[in-house]
Amino acid sequence: MTTTTADRADLVADSRAPGTGSREGRGVATTAHIALILWSLLVILPLLWTLVSSFKSTQEVLGNPLTLPHKLRFENYANAWTTAGIGRYFANTVIVVGSALVLVMILGAMCAYVLARFTFPGNRLIYYSMLAGLTFPVFLAIVPLFFVLKNLSLLNTLPGLIITYVAFALPFTVFFLHSFFKALPGEVYEAAQIDGAGEWRTFFSVMLPMARPGMASVAIFNFLGLWNQFLLPVALNTDSKNYVLSQGMASFASQAGYAVDFGALFAAVVITVAPVLVVYIIFQRQLQVSVTAGGVK
Amino acid sequence: MTTTQEAVPGGGPKRSATRRRRPLTFDRVSFMVVFLGLPLVVFVVFVVSPFVQALYYSLTDWSGFSAGQNFVGFDNYVRLFHDDIFLKAVRNNIELAIVVPIVTIVLALTLATLVTIGGSGTGTVRGLRNSGFYRIVSFFPYVIPAIVIGLIWAQVFTPGSGILDAVLSKIGLHQFENYAWLGDARTAMPASMFVMIWGFVGFYMVLFIAAIRGIDPEVFEAARIDGAGRFRTAISITVPLIRDNVQTAYIYLGIAALDAFVYMQALNPGGGPQNSTLVMPQQLFTTAFTKGQFGYSTAMGVVLAAVTMLFALLVFVVNALTGGRERKVRR
Repeated sequence: MTTTTADRADLVADSRAPGTGSREGRGVATTAHIALILWSLLVILPLLWTLVSSFKSTQEVLGNPLTLPHKLRFENYANAWTTAGIGRYFANTVIVVGSALVLVMILGAMCAYVLARFTFPGNRLIYYSMLAGLTFPVFLAIVPLFFVLKNLSLLNTLPGLIITYVAFALPFTVFFLHSFFKALPGEVYEAAQIDGAGEWRTFFSVMLPMARPGMASVAIFNFLGLWNQFLLPVALNTDSKNYVLSQGMASFASQAGYAVDFGALFAAVVITVAPVLVVYIIFQRQLQVSVTAGGVK
Repeated sequence: MTTTQEAVPGGGPKRSATRRRRPLTFDRVSFMVVFLGLPLVVFVVFVVSPFVQALYYSLTDWSGFSAGQNFVGFDNYVRLFHDDIFLKAVRNNIELAIVVPIVTIVLALTLATLVTIGGSGTGTVRGLRNSGFYRIVSFFPYVIPAIVIGLIWAQVFTPGSGILDAVLSKIGLHQFENYAWLGDARTAMPASMFVMIWGFVGFYMVLFIAAIRGIDPEVFEAARIDGAGRFRTAISITVPLIRDNVQTAYIYLGIAALDAFVYMQALNPGGGPQNSTLVMPQQLFTTAFTKGQFGYSTAMGVVLAAVTMLFALLVFVVNALTGGRERKVRR
């Protein structure tokens, strides 16, 4: 990482270095497997332990952590869902993340399209201010944002949270889709115009469908980002009726210190993690392709 | 995804021959107004204006509840540099921004290298067989909300009922039988760092795997023919060739480490023993929303933003000074 820069000349110079290579190949593979298995265990074991603990009673959770539960207490899940309000938070999250995702994809695609394919004064300025919005920490904006929402009477409401999610996911969406729309062939646009399609129709019937791979990648990123969002709801959505999952989990965990239903706490964690994890395992190939496409850029 | 109507590739079959010269029709004007105006209004109202207001508020003594606010110049900033707790938070953030990215990148690169060139085989460099499983599992933490990662590990670290102490004392390390990892000022920070690293490694491993697969196989071939071993190949070939990805990763990770709010709120909401895990965003949050000192807290936000920008700049400069030659190879 630091100083070793290899260019071709170096490689040639290395040719006299003593050959190591092939003989110990199998040994290397075994070592590699062992190292990777160790890391995989480190990832899986805490999750597995969480799953097992979610079936325990509180006494069992506070007892020896290495034992299995005496019986599978599914009531932990019921308690988490209803008593602890996870069900309600789950529904709120689906509403907020779902609406914000749809809105930000539409607005982001529209904005990126105009910025990428039309020249007008101020185009660059808008693009760069989006880029700046991407890099500044949200913490800098959070206090004034609180009062912006308050003045619009959107504080502690789901629509307020949705519009804020949209606004802060917008720069990334525009930035990412910009390159996609830029890369679309100009002839297609010309052809649509010649065929008499207006700008609206050209966008929705021709250009947007062509940008579908990019849209899918961005949508996945945005979904995970919004699903994980913590700061915005904690600061701007303090009415416990409107809690989303992430902040509901945090408040449940901090209450659990006193009221203590640890089985339900673990069950709540499983409820939060399981759906996304299952979707991920089903779509893992596509997701990893999207992630690398986005990250390598 | 959602809004796409039926695709009409190529603009559909109908041919009306009139060629448009882009006059200012209603279609065109309404299009620009909606397509550009709508997103911009949202962006300006909810993103740009708060950022700009923050700069102003940081120069006032606004407490939010008092009717007015007085312009106090740089008083807030002066106060910040005498605020021991905030300075402690700054130090913690800087520590995080140094340790977390380096450890994450080294680990992720190592694992990615094992997957891509750890395969057994003579002659050509080959990926490890059956490595798909590792990739899938390592990526798990990326799809788990950060707050949940923090909560899970907070339970793992809990003395008595947590699994870590149980496992450690099971394998003979009895001094850890009831050890409070997050409650001891010596281990609270390293333990928190570990949790963040646990959450990040898989994502960057997948990223680096893709980057390494993107390298021309001939380069590896040549190295192998020239007798370079795997370790040597990794250090002298892989790392320099994916240097840009490493730089991007370092910046992302550094920015995440300068935030760290979610993890720290889950692991030690109060800032940890002797504020050992307190970070700037936590201090900002309590100053603003618990104490109501809005002017002072936005000044903290400005410092946080400045540190973030400085960090990104530093990474660029260091990378430019120490390398850049690799571009010749890459092309």
